[in-house]
Amino acid sequence: MTALERDAGVQGRLGAWVSERVSVAVSEFTAAAALVVLFVALSLASPNFLTADNLFNIGSQTAVIAIIAVAQTMVIITKGIDLSVGSTAALAGVMAAIVVRDLGVSVWTAALVAIAVGAACGLVNGLLVSVVRLPPFIATLGTMSAGRGLVFIVTGAVGVYSLPESFQLLGNGQIGGVPFAIVVTALVALAVGYLLSQSRFGQHVYAMGSNLEAARRAGIAVRRKLTAVYVLAGALVGLGGVIAASRVNSGQPNYGIGLELDAIAAAVIGGASLFGGQGRIAGTLIGAFLIALVRNGSVLLGISIHYQQVIVGLIIWAAVAFDQFRRRRLEARG
Amino acid sequence: MLEAHGVVKRFGHVEALRGADFTARKGEVTALIGDNGAGKSTLVKVLAGAQPHDEGAVLVDGREIRFASPLDARRAGVETVYQDLAVADDLSVAANLYLGREIPLGGPLGRLGLLDKRAMRRGAAEALAELGVRIPRVTTPIAMLSGGQRQCVAVARAVIWASNVVILDEPTAALGVVQTARVLEVVARAREEGMSVVLVSHNMPQVLEIADRVEVMRLGRRTARFKAADVTTDDLVAAMTGALVTEPEDAELG
Repeated sequence: MTALERDAGVQGRLGAWVSERVSVAVSEFTAAAALVVLFVALSLASPNFLTADNLFNIGSQTAVIAIIAVAQTMVIITKGIDLSVGSTAALAGVMAAIVVRDLGVSVWTAALVAIAVGAACGLVNGLLVSVVRLPPFIATLGTMSAGRGLVFIVTGAVGVYSLPESFQLLGNGQIGGVPFAIVVTALVALAVGYLLSQSRFGQHVYAMGSNLEAARRAGIAVRRKLTAVYVLAGALVGLGGVIAASRVNSGQPNYGIGLELDAIAAAVIGGASLFGGQGRIAGTLIGAFLIALVRNGSVLLGISIHYQQVIVGLIIWAAVAFDQFRRRRLEARG
Repeated sequence: MLEAHGVVKRFGHVEALRGADFTARKGEVTALIGDNGAGKSTLVKVLAGAQPHDEGAVLVDGREIRFASPLDARRAGVETVYQDLAVADDLSVAANLYLGREIPLGGPLGRLGLLDKRAMRRGAAEALAELGVRIPRVTTPIAMLSGGQRQCVAVARAVIWASNVVILDEPTAALGVVQTARVLEVVARAREEGMSVVLVSHNMPQVLEIADRVEVMRLGRRTARFKAADVTTDDLVAAMTGALVTEPEDAELG
């Protein structure tokens, strides 16, 4: 090896190390920076923003979307997408409300029912994707439509009301002054974050999204594990659905229309790649809060709801364009 | 030692392998050559357990083995590097080396499926150093590596885990001169460790440089076998085109 080659090698190594560190964290960092800037700006612009009440309110509002975005992130890492989360959340919510109203069960039992309903929807998605081999977009599009239809069938297209006060505990209750929904969200995020980053299952989830054939050849049971991802995601969406229902103390058949887009946006803003193999729960939480802050801030500042939509759209464009740019640079290196 | 006797593989009405024989001995590199469509890739897939054969027998160390999946082949100590590498770009070098063979943490956390990432990083660094593979860091995602480095990682993974046989399908096809030399160094290490190395290649000078033996396929059969030291590039080309047919007994090859 000549001196020149050696220099190039060292430089290449150093360069690789720097861009490796930067590129892994950069979309998360950008999103976090945007979150902080927005937070400070809103604190200065509106006296009502930086109050415990408003922050807890944002937290509770974000809880459902954050839990569902966490579920979406797992699916996106496998190079999939779940369009059915809105329908699944609605189905889980109304089923929970129905069992409380008709059978008089506790809110905890209702939550288990909702989680089971969500997991069942996830199982359908998972089998369609891994066994029938439908593209995830199509499989979950079908579940989205069928699930919404099922919601209208079981409710007769009217909301499920006359629920006891106790049903509100999950969505509006508190533990030691902290909203229950925030605590649940934090536990879910921690558990899934750990699962993805520290466990064998998580390692295989990233591997399947990165190169399914490589995962198969490495002896990973890809069908079973892919199905498991959708089931787990469905269960979390079910949990999100029952929290949403609990917040309004009723089962709403129209709940969650368009929710899949918010969940995908949160994941993508947080650095998850629709090309699979990349995404972290911390990033997704930042993404979910960024969207919630835009919504909340717009309300406080009296900006029309139509502008909110435009702003969220701009953020999605920026986040995905950034991801593409980063990937192209990576590929140019390889 | 890896052997195939009279292997037949049909795809519908097409016979890709029509009674192919093959032998790779321990501590030797056996090159498998042949023109496009001669059946090399199909034979490799059968030997690697990626495709079941219809007739004939595959033997590892004299025992007949029927591979139902690549996992069976791996259990028999047979590791394969495919042309498309099959590495997960988003995962680190260490994660790729341990893919499907992760080290769990000790105790109850390990039983919950949590991984000992430190042990895997250390193991990966040691194994790569032993094979002389140089990469920036074992935590680097594969996507950040050059083509040669990826190839070295893929070959290293096979060599690290194989206990009997390493099969390499065109391991240097897309590489430059320096990178090719690096990969061939790793191949040589596998031979030194006493494994049977099967090398599929189109590069005749390379075959003569690295291989101990050469087996030539044509139209789904083995049509010639040589000791690499005894032949020239012209002989190999003649055998591939069918101008030269020689099937000496094992004894004659010495």
